[in-house]
Amino acid sequence: MSETAKMRVFRGDAESGDWQDYEVETEEGQVVLDVIHTIQATEAPDLAVRWNCKAGKCGSCSAEINGEPRLMCMTRMNLYEPGEQITVAPMKTWPLIRDLVTDVSFNYEVAKTIPTFKPRAPEADGTYRMMQEDIERGQEFRKCIECFLCQNVCHVIRDHPENKPDFAGPRFFVRLAELEMHPLDTEDRLELARQDAGVGYCNITKCCTEVCPEEIHITDNAIIPLKERVADRYFDPIRWLGSKLFGRG
Amino acid sequence: MVEYERHDYDVIVIGAGGAGLRAAIEASAQGARTALICKSLLGKAHTVMAEGGIAAALGNVWPQDNWEVHFRDTMRGGKMLNNWRMAQLHAEEAPARVNELEEWGALFDRTDDGRILQRDFGGHRYARLAHVGDRTGLELIRTLQQHAVHNGIDVFMECTVSRLLKDGDRVTGAVAYWRESGNLLVFNAKATVLATGGVGKAFAVTSNSWEYTGDGHSLAYWAGAELIDMECVQFHPTGMVWPPSVRGILVTEGVRGDGGTLRNSDGERFMFDYIPAFFAAETADSIEEADAWYEDKVNNRRTPDLLPRDEVARAINSEVKAGRGSPHGGVFLDIATRRSTEYIRRRLPSMYHQFKQLADVDITAQPMEVGPTMHYIMGGIRVDADTAATTVAGLYAAGECAGGMHGANRLGGNSLSDLVVFGRRAGLSAAEAAAGAAAPEPDEAQIDEIVAGMRAPFERDGAEGPYDIQRDLQETMHTLVGIIRTESELIEARERIDGFKERAAGVGVYGHQQYNPGWHLAMDLESLLTVSEAIARAANVRQESRGGHTRDDHPGPNDAEWGTKNVVIRQGADGEMEVDTSPLPEMPAELQRLFEE
Repeated sequence: MSETAKMRVFRGDAESGDWQDYEVETEEGQVVLDVIHTIQATEAPDLAVRWNCKAGKCGSCSAEINGEPRLMCMTRMNLYEPGEQITVAPMKTWPLIRDLVTDVSFNYEVAKTIPTFKPRAPEADGTYRMMQEDIERGQEFRKCIECFLCQNVCHVIRDHPENKPDFAGPRFFVRLAELEMHPLDTEDRLELARQDAGVGYCNITKCCTEVCPEEIHITDNAIIPLKERVADRYFDPIRWLGSKLFGRG
Repeated sequence: MVEYERHDYDVIVIGAGGAGLRAAIEASAQGARTALICKSLLGKAHTVMAEGGIAAALGNVWPQDNWEVHFRDTMRGGKMLNNWRMAQLHAEEAPARVNELEEWGALFDRTDDGRILQRDFGGHRYARLAHVGDRTGLELIRTLQQHAVHNGIDVFMECTVSRLLKDGDRVTGAVAYWRESGNLLVFNAKATVLATGGVGKAFAVTSNSWEYTGDGHSLAYWAGAELIDMECVQFHPTGMVWPPSVRGILVTEGVRGDGGTLRNSDGERFMFDYIPAFFAAETADSIEEADAWYEDKVNNRRTPDLLPRDEVARAINSEVKAGRGSPHGGVFLDIATRRSTEYIRRRLPSMYHQFKQLADVDITAQPMEVGPTMHYIMGGIRVDADTAATTVAGLYAAGECAGGMHGANRLGGNSLSDLVVFGRRAGLSAAEAAAGAAAPEPDEAQIDEIVAGMRAPFERDGAEGPYDIQRDLQETMHTLVGIIRTESELIEARERIDGFKERAAGVGVYGHQQYNPGWHLAMDLESLLTVSEAIARAANVRQESRGGHTRDDHPGPNDAEWGTKNVVIRQGADGEMEVDTSPLPEMPAELQRLFEE
């Protein structure tokens, strides 16, 4: 069942760029990434796109499709009406390299600033014991495929790039929460979460949770508990709750 | 003289999947100044796709398990073609490597008493695979990545190595380019580790990503190293078959490990018709026994659904050919009958997600349609078992690009353990070698020649582009060098590959050097063609069927003639590919006794 898709793809580099229209024959069951590959193999062999696994497991092919942050490999073409124009743009928050490829190095720099896992001593036999129920929260966070869509959509840096030096972003709040809740970890990262990672900037609009392809409850399970732990240590909890409820601060 | 960035290191590691990361961590821990070079962003390598688990005889679920049983399973699964010493080191060291991952922050699923849980997989006598649902590879790569960034390793992301540099007989570094800018880099290294993974993109239907173009195999071959067992290619029995755009995407063996069974269009559990004599003594021959085995492994034999992958892939292939396939040319894989929705969603969340989103199939209620997909190459760069040294000085190899460990067929779960066991060993040896070596100086003439080759496609704007050549090659490898092979087709494949080589020599690209996928593919074509030729040639030489190499014209194994030797590929003095054989290393008597029971 072949249909013609009307694609509008951003082409350009850091200097300049524009939308380019393509009409592409599609097959049943295809995803947006397939259509981008068809364009590459026919009309535009130099169309730049990042991808790896094509199965939603590596988090490489993030883009904004009809304005919505998504993985191209998990976005079926039949999500859109036949004949509907589909726009594919690079993630907005990162500097553009070329076409659909952006410079996501910010995330790798932030990753380096988070002190690594530091386990307590093992049991006498040299291994560890952990109960399944004690690691389930951490396992949810470790589903993260680092597609950086949560980072891309977070308005703290999307609309205010000047915040980037002071704000680690949702992906790294997930990482910090994971380490905080790891049953074996002994390192203290709350000062980092408060000061350098800037968890206080987040005002819980849940944009990150909405776009997470792994359906991690970023805001409810990671960010809010992290904020609570920071508040318990550094602030009067009642005052903090008031500011959260009434939007001050 | 061309312009390039110069980087001097003790050790460079090419490839940043499980093996490359583990090698870099070890080299760095030994005090070597280490660079890690990868084609993609860090953490995106193919390891991330591994689903079912990492095999290690921890004995947490079945205390009867130990390294000797794991060793025996691995050798028998590999149809005894394995390098016995690699299989021994692997079985002995895998438990320590898994525990180490936990020390570095990995969160494996737990037993009721809080130990690492282990799951059943094909060819393993006991439940042996440590796992995290069905996303074990992601856990492994993220754990190593998070450990590595604090180890002082310099990471060069989206950077592709084009050729290795040599000084006489010794490898002294590599020429690479930034994918982002097209700019050149020269690495001068006292020791080089290859950890580039496999060759899947030479085939039309594969579970592998674009990166799997046989780079490490080819870099080693061009530098004079030997490859072994290149004919041994694993077709995973269960890839998705529909819709067409997802054809080949992996469906974890964990589905069968956790209770899924294979059926044909008549609803028959056909695997009972395909139990080979080699595994008959340990395989259930009735549905009753197979079903009882899930709960009681002591008094029942394992279900034939969990025979090694080569056996299951051939069986599916035969069923489809006999007209008993599913509507889209596969067979049915059903877990919904045996397991509850809650169980399936907890144990196999990404399979649930994958089928729901990509194929509109709810695996908690409906069977999946599955069929063989090119998944793994057992063959690879010939290495010394203990040191991971290749046959060329200064060059080491680990993981999928190294040969020998898995013989003619790899057991599921043995790949992730292979990565960390031999990644560590390669990093250790490379660091030791670097400690005693002088810093190499770049040879400008050699660099100029390599760079001229890399840039040549831009001079041929208007010539045929790389995409059609790759597609034709994939189709040829799939149809003529696929799951079932025969001499006339292998000869035809070689002739066609010669034609593709000619087309590739004249390939043209246009546009900018900056992030230009057409140009990148034009360069990758060279390695794709090299490994394809190696596979086709080796497959024609081994005149028997063994593991991941099935010859229609030579059915069955020929132990006396072929069970005792490796097929070896090297570059001859005239630059042509040369095929040879060499005797398998002989297993010592104290290990041989494990096969006499």
